[in-house]
Amino acid sequence: MMCNEVQTVGAISAVNRGFMATVAPAFEQNLEHSTCTYCGQCVSVCPTGALTEVNHVPQVLRALVDPTKTVVVQTAPAVRAALGEEFGLAPGTLVTGKMTAALRALGFDYVFDTDFAADLTIMEEGTELLDRLGKHLKGDTSAKIPILTSCCPGWVNFFEEYFPDLKDVPSTAKSPQQMFGAIAKTYFADKIGINRKDMVVVSIMPCLAKKYECQRDEFSVDGNPDVDFSISTRELASFIKQANIDIKTLHDEDFDSPLGESTGAGVIFGATGGVIEAACRTAYELYTGKKLERLDFTELRGMEGVRSATIDFDGLPLKIGIAHGLGNARKLLDDVRAGKSQFHAIEVMACPGGCIGGGGQPLHHGNSEIIKSRAAALYTEDRKKPLRKSHENPFIIKLYDEFLGKPGSEKAHHLLHTHYFDKKKKVIIKK
Amino acid sequence: MSHIKIELKKEDVDFIKGVCTTFNNDPQELINVLHSCQEHFGYLPAEVQEVVSDGLNMPVAKIYGVVTFYSFFTMTPKGKHPISICLGTACYVRGAEKVLDEFKKELGIQVGQSTKDNKFSLSSLRCVGACGLAPVVLVGDKTYGRVAPDDVKNILKEYE
Repeated sequence: MMCNEVQTVGAISAVNRGFMATVAPAFEQNLEHSTCTYCGQCVSVCPTGALTEVNHVPQVLRALVDPTKTVVVQTAPAVRAALGEEFGLAPGTLVTGKMTAALRALGFDYVFDTDFAADLTIMEEGTELLDRLGKHLKGDTSAKIPILTSCCPGWVNFFEEYFPDLKDVPSTAKSPQQMFGAIAKTYFADKIGINRKDMVVVSIMPCLAKKYECQRDEFSVDGNPDVDFSISTRELASFIKQANIDIKTLHDEDFDSPLGESTGAGVIFGATGGVIEAACRTAYELYTGKKLERLDFTELRGMEGVRSATIDFDGLPLKIGIAHGLGNARKLLDDVRAGKSQFHAIEVMACPGGCIGGGGQPLHHGNSEIIKSRAAALYTEDRKKPLRKSHENPFIIKLYDEFLGKPGSEKAHHLLHTHYFDKKKKVIIKK
Repeated sequence: MSHIKIELKKEDVDFIKGVCTTFNNDPQELINVLHSCQEHFGYLPAEVQEVVSDGLNMPVAKIYGVVTFYSFFTMTPKGKHPISICLGTACYVRGAEKVLDEFKKELGIQVGQSTKDNKFSLSSLRCVGACGLAPVVLVGDKTYGRVAPDDVKNILKEYE
C-alpha cells in the first residue's frame, strides 16, 4: 500500500471486517491525530476514488466576487506541466500561457508565478548552504551538514513526526509558496498601496500538503495568513470547467510583473532533483566567482528513488543526495541520524517524481510515463528561458535592492525563514 | 471502537515492551503479541496498541486494522463474568439465538458490550466442541449445556 510501503508513514490501514471494512487512520480518529504527512499520495492512487481533498474552490470564488478584496494568485511550477491533461491534452503539454489566460478570465486581479519565489528560495537556501559549508570546511562542527531542502511540506511534516531530533538539520528557508505569500502581503501590498487584510493570496499547487502548510500558525500575521487558500491542480481544472472556459481555445498570456518573472531554475523545482540543480547553478557562481558554463546538471536528474552525484565546485567536490518518496527519504535520514551520511546537501521530495507526481495532480493511475513526460516538459521550459540562474532574475535583484537588503539579512530571516517543531505523537506514561 | 481512556502505568508499558522483546520485536509476530497483551489486560485499548506499535516498530493504524479484523480481539473491557453463547451450527439449530436474545433482554446489552456495573459482558462464539450439549453457554470458565431461554434468569442469579 502507498501509505505503508512507499511512503513508510502508515497513517491509514484497512480496518474492520466484511461490509464494515473501510480505509481509515488508527482508532478511526481524524487524520490530524494520525501520523499523516498530508502528502496526498493515497488520493492519487485510490482505486475507487473514495479519497479526495478538501475543496477550497468555494472560498476562492467568494474572495473573487468580493469587491473589497484584491485577489492574487500564484501557480507552482508542476501545475503547468499537468493541467492540460484534465482538458484532454497529451501528458507533458505545457500550458503556462493558457493557464495564465484562464486565471485572468476567472477574475484574479494579479496572476503571478510561484517560480519567482522559487528563485527567491534559491537565494536564501543557496546562501545558507554556502554559509554552513564554509563553516564546515573550516572545521566548525556546529554547522550542520548535510543541509536538507525544506520546500516540500509533506517532507517537513514527515521529519517533524519521525525525526524531530534532526529538526535543526533542514534549511530554515520557507517553501516557495510561503515565501511568495510573505512577499506579496508586505512588499507587493505596499507597492499597490493596500492593507494585507484586503489582499487574498491563492496558490495553485500540485500538492495537498500545501493546504496544511498555509494554515500553519507560524505563517500568519495577527491571524491573517500569508497564503489564504491553496487549491490543487485538479481543483483548478474543475474550477475552469465550472466557469465554462475552454482552455484549448485561449491565447497564451504572460504572468503579471513583478512577482511573475522567473528563471529556468525556478521552473525545474517541480521535478525531483530540480531544487538542488537550481541551487547548484547559483551556489557554484557565488562560491567560485566564476561563470558556470554547463547549466544542465543531468547527473542530478532521473527517476531513481535515491540518487547521488558529486558536483565539482572548482576543486571542491560537493556531494549531493536526492530522494523522492518518503520511504526513500527515510533511508537517507537514517544515515544522517547515525552520522554516516557522506552528503553535503540532500534534496527530498515527498512524492514519487517530485511535485509533478504530487497528490494534487491529475490522476496518473500509476503510469510513470506520464510523470516522465511532465518532467521533460519542465526541463523544456527551463531550456527556453533566457535566464536560467536564480540570482540573475532582475526582479529578484530589485527585490533585494529595494526591500530585503541581501540574502540572509535580518529582514530576509524574518520574512523568508521558519523553524520546525517536534510533532512526534507520544503515549503518555503515568507513573 | 473504544471510548474508554485509560492511562497505562509504567509497569504496564514495561510488560508490553517485554512481550515485544520475547517475540524479538518482529512485526510478523503481531498477532502473538496482541494475544499475550489481551490475556494480560483483558482487552486491547488504544493505549496498549500504541505501545505495541512502538515496540514492533510498525504503524498503529495497521495494528488497529488487525485488532478490528479478528473477532477474538476486543477493544472493550470484558465484564467480571464474561458470557459467551455458542452460535455454531449445532447450537444454532437447537435454538441458541433465542437464548442469546434472552441474555440481551435480561442484561440490556448487545453482543460485544458490558453491563454498566461491568459485571457481565456478552459475546458470541463459534463452536466450543461440545455439540452434544447444544445449545452451549459459557460464563467465565463454567460451561452450561442444553440451555433454554427460561434458564437464563437462573444462570444469571448464580452470579449475584
